[in-house]
Amino acid sequence: MPSLGTSFGRGGATDYQQDLMNSDCVVIMGSNMAENHPVGFQWVLEARERGAHVFHVDPRFTRTSAMATKHVGIRAGSDIAFLGGLVHYILEHDRWFHDYVLHYTNAPVIIDERFSDTEDNDGLFSGWDPEKSRYDVTTWQYAGTQVHGAAGQREEGFQESASKGEQSGHGGHGGGFSHGDPPERDDSLEHPRCVFQILKRHYARYTPELVADACGCSVEEFLHVAETICDSSGPERTSAFVYAVGWTQHTKGVQMIRTAAIIQLLLGNMGRPGGGIMALRGHASIQGSTDIPTLYNILPGYLTMPHTEHYGGLDAYIDRTTSPGGWWGNANAYIVSLLKAWWGAAATPENDFCFSYLPRIDQDNSNYWTVGQMLEGNVQGYMVVGQNPAVGSANGRANRLGLANLDWLVVRDLVETETAAFWYDSPEIESGELRTDEIGTEVFFMPASSHLEKDGSFTNTQRLLQWHFKAVEPKEDCRSELWFYYHLGKKIREKLKESADPRDLPIQDLTWAYPTSGEHEEPSAEAVLAEINGWDDKGQALAGYKLLKPDGTTACGCWIYCGVFAGGINMAARRKPHWEQNYTALEWAWSWPANRRLLYNRASADPDGNPWSERKRLVWWDPEQKKWTGTDTPDFDEEKPPDYVPPDGARGPDAIRGDHPFIMQADGLGWIYAPQGLVDGPLPTHYEPHESPFENPLYDQRANPRRQHGDLPEDPYNPTGDEPGSELYPFVATTYRLTEHHTAGGMTRFTPYLAELQPQMFVEVHPDLAQERGLEHGGWATVTTARSAIEARVMVTDRMRPVRINGRVHHQVGIPYHWGTRGLTTGGSGNDLTHMALDPNVHIQEVKAFTCDIRPGRRPKGPSLPEHVAELRDQAHTRRDQEPRVEPAENTSTVPSQ
Amino acid sequence: MTETLTQPRMGFFTDTTVCIGCKACEVACKEWNLIPDDGLRWTGESYDNTSELSANTWRHVTFVEQRKPLKLDGETATVETDAAAAPEPLRWLMESDVCKHCTHAGCLDVCPTGALFRTEFGTVVVQEDVCNGCGYCVPACPFGVIDQRHLPRSADDAPLALPLLGKQEDGRVWKCTLCYDRLKGGHEPACAKSCPTDSIQFGELDELRERAERRLEKLRAERWNGARLYGHDPDDGVGGFGAFFLLLDEPEVYGLPPDPVVPTKHLPQLWRTTAIAATAMFVGLAAAFIGGSE
Repeated sequence: MPSLGTSFGRGGATDYQQDLMNSDCVVIMGSNMAENHPVGFQWVLEARERGAHVFHVDPRFTRTSAMATKHVGIRAGSDIAFLGGLVHYILEHDRWFHDYVLHYTNAPVIIDERFSDTEDNDGLFSGWDPEKSRYDVTTWQYAGTQVHGAAGQREEGFQESASKGEQSGHGGHGGGFSHGDPPERDDSLEHPRCVFQILKRHYARYTPELVADACGCSVEEFLHVAETICDSSGPERTSAFVYAVGWTQHTKGVQMIRTAAIIQLLLGNMGRPGGGIMALRGHASIQGSTDIPTLYNILPGYLTMPHTEHYGGLDAYIDRTTSPGGWWGNANAYIVSLLKAWWGAAATPENDFCFSYLPRIDQDNSNYWTVGQMLEGNVQGYMVVGQNPAVGSANGRANRLGLANLDWLVVRDLVETETAAFWYDSPEIESGELRTDEIGTEVFFMPASSHLEKDGSFTNTQRLLQWHFKAVEPKEDCRSELWFYYHLGKKIREKLKESADPRDLPIQDLTWAYPTSGEHEEPSAEAVLAEINGWDDKGQALAGYKLLKPDGTTACGCWIYCGVFAGGINMAARRKPHWEQNYTALEWAWSWPANRRLLYNRASADPDGNPWSERKRLVWWDPEQKKWTGTDTPDFDEEKPPDYVPPDGARGPDAIRGDHPFIMQADGLGWIYAPQGLVDGPLPTHYEPHESPFENPLYDQRANPRRQHGDLPEDPYNPTGDEPGSELYPFVATTYRLTEHHTAGGMTRFTPYLAELQPQMFVEVHPDLAQERGLEHGGWATVTTARSAIEARVMVTDRMRPVRINGRVHHQVGIPYHWGTRGLTTGGSGNDLTHMALDPNVHIQEVKAFTCDIRPGRRPKGPSLPEHVAELRDQAHTRRDQEPRVEPAENTSTVPSQ
Repeated sequence: MTETLTQPRMGFFTDTTVCIGCKACEVACKEWNLIPDDGLRWTGESYDNTSELSANTWRHVTFVEQRKPLKLDGETATVETDAAAAPEPLRWLMESDVCKHCTHAGCLDVCPTGALFRTEFGTVVVQEDVCNGCGYCVPACPFGVIDQRHLPRSADDAPLALPLLGKQEDGRVWKCTLCYDRLKGGHEPACAKSCPTDSIQFGELDELRERAERRLEKLRAERWNGARLYGHDPDDGVGGFGAFFLLLDEPEVYGLPPDPVVPTKHLPQLWRTTAIAATAMFVGLAAAFIGGSE
């Protein structure tokens, strides 16, 4: 979550779900919380019962909308226009929280004089390089400072990345500056180049009328939301934002979240009870899988993965990763402790603590890039664990064709998913595009234990590590992931035991001794957690990350998790209910960092350290005890007084002032304007989705210029905007989940009690669209894009709201994506329709807004399916190519998918 | 009901204003009570694919899409239902239905085997090892709750979970037991336990009725459209429900009878009338014989 990372410092939800009950206004956008996070939604209902407003701003009227005090329907993909409108409203009506903005955000900071805005360049920021389709971000910086690459992604190469808008950490944190001097400021906020004035100009045209035109809601609906949010913010009140993948799965998803961050900083809602931005993650431990990453570009705790261009060894790595101010100033202790956890005694100061053992990345090695490489025959083996890309990833067909191009495939899952069975049971087998006897991929299906059959922890959506205990033994050959990797590691180490090849040293020297038990030699999950927590040179469990040292005397597998095993006690297993403590429930499990539940909570007090109001008190400075205290663990140096001013030359945490609450940021400030960390702009701008029936109402620049979209023949696009041929795919489509099923369906379509609750694939359409296209409720429809076509039952419902854009009525088609060819309930796979155009910061697919055609009747079967898809596509592409628009095509070239 | 209960009567208060339609109650009920699935049938009835309470569905969530405002306070969800016209209000009602555990339970009254009985918690339960599958109780329920589980007619009809249960079906009747076994163990019923929003509240019936009155007052003050209690009145046709509801529209909208009456209500009177008639006939006959013998 670089959006939250760049804005506030950490890539995690800033709040916890229970705290939503303290909110005066909950804005749910880009999330269907009641359906996909039903347990957490109880706290939203609690807020509603206490009199809070609950807004659901969403293309569809869902079970969340049904519970909201108001639903506002908008066009899928138009969120930045709506949110930008809120920013405009807040500034225009002087509703921003003056003291908060002035002291806690970078609103007063002066920006480089070479910076120019999208308003000046028709949709592009300064520094755009049309040749490379990239930004040079030098001009986006604070005046008089130089960019400093923070921890995070290095895929574009170190040499270039510093000035090319490298994003600072997938789920990462804000970056730093090359010197710790405070930046130039104008506390009157009147300097034309201060962030506040740039912001005003940037959103000047996001009027309520523009919002209505771009989003399809009414001016009155928008104003009602805007007024209510403002009325529900300030010293006495707080508003919260809740989002999920309805924001992230766009070619500008990161910037959608950024806009909410700007609003929450302007209204002073960050770090305060009932405020914040609640990022809802899609699975039980998705937060955990970025903290201890399954991603290619970061190491545990959001440390940067070294890049091939970085040959300088540990010191150079530390130099680049360390931030002059804030807690990234101690990055040396985090990386050395990580190396000690992995290579133990072999890691010594003399050998750079085995830093050279770490792999180096050399480019974008993200998921969809890998799919492209598979299609081109460059990937030999692939391990798919607890994932079903044949159904869950964008463009299912491209994914399956990629799988058919491997030498071997390992699938570890509870059931034989579509990914495991692609070679004999898939739409391509049915159509004849693939033939089982011609597929060379050797497929290994390894049955996995469920969470009931193993010990372990989940890191949930609010950074909370919760331990679960094994209830039953796994059946037959089912084994835990831990068992699989531990024994796989042992086998590999056995094979390499005699090797003298230095390239095998990282595996030979690895600490790989965990106690095992039982007939299957199940490794102890608690021993792994203890290693993640870390220990000192006497083997004592560390109490927290402040104790980590850069000299090799501490080991820690993930610095932000340090403390989860404090005192040798598994804190994640604590089960003291909230009614035996207070609602913060600090003794229920453990959350990173340092068991703080509400991040940046220093901001719940004013600059002098007193609560902004009695009603919203949480953490405050106690002058008698000379420390920060409150109901939550203070997210601040406990003994740093509010009037602390860093002495000259102070570094790291000491360089953060006593009234700067965002302690991970180099300047301690919330970033309204992000001078670095994001590749597509320091301020969010409304762009159309990659596929959209509309032109951008604001700029000639139609879509995010920096979005990633390739030229794979397997991933063709529908004509878009005013392009001829786009009328053949006239409807906006959006994919989503239902309460009754889990993501790609592996855990639910095979379970009778869940399968019967939603037993068939369906699409949702408005009665007017049904009439226009002759669709019958309960009948069949075929939905077609340039990628593929699927069939589904038709649900005609008022809940699919049409939108009025520039006076024209447009329809949206709702497409659940749970189904595939396997399980008790089978059906068309929504992701067979979607494409692989991506957000440039996080390489996430845009499946929440694209275009499609819908017609009555079942889809063509067998070889007729690809023929049907190609027929419409060829017609559309021919029109597009032969009848070019009068206006010049967009001034951006295709970004190769590297 | 017997007068000698040492244990207060227990029941459900289902508050539909906080039901999010997640169906956790349906699933938790099936898992705890080992009920087979009801077949994989897409109905198109909004998000409801189990349709009704049956032998295999003891909790059932109804979904109703309406062009009515949720609240009458002006801040309501609206939807542009006709692109040419002004937006109309839209609301989506969800209600988790269940056996009502009537004070005067028709099913129990007509059961010839004693399989149906009133528990110490005041609930109505079928004993599966006593039920003989006669089915008399089925038409005796004014809500259509209790139902026979029939043998599958074909493999297509066979519930998927039946093999798991390893049972032949023989037409015996099944319905909510208010988790009698869990209550015996001091636990709340599975549906109430799993409900994330406390839409399903379990407790002592008297206390639930008071709670419901307070809730209704609050909702009326907040101008919720159509808020009303259903089945909480001990003077209604079934003597009040052990499991009652807070609804947002007429009961019929949710597929519930507006004025349920236990079919055995008039049975005593019927018997009295029959007895009188029989006596009269007997007297008449006797008189005729006596008269005839004269």
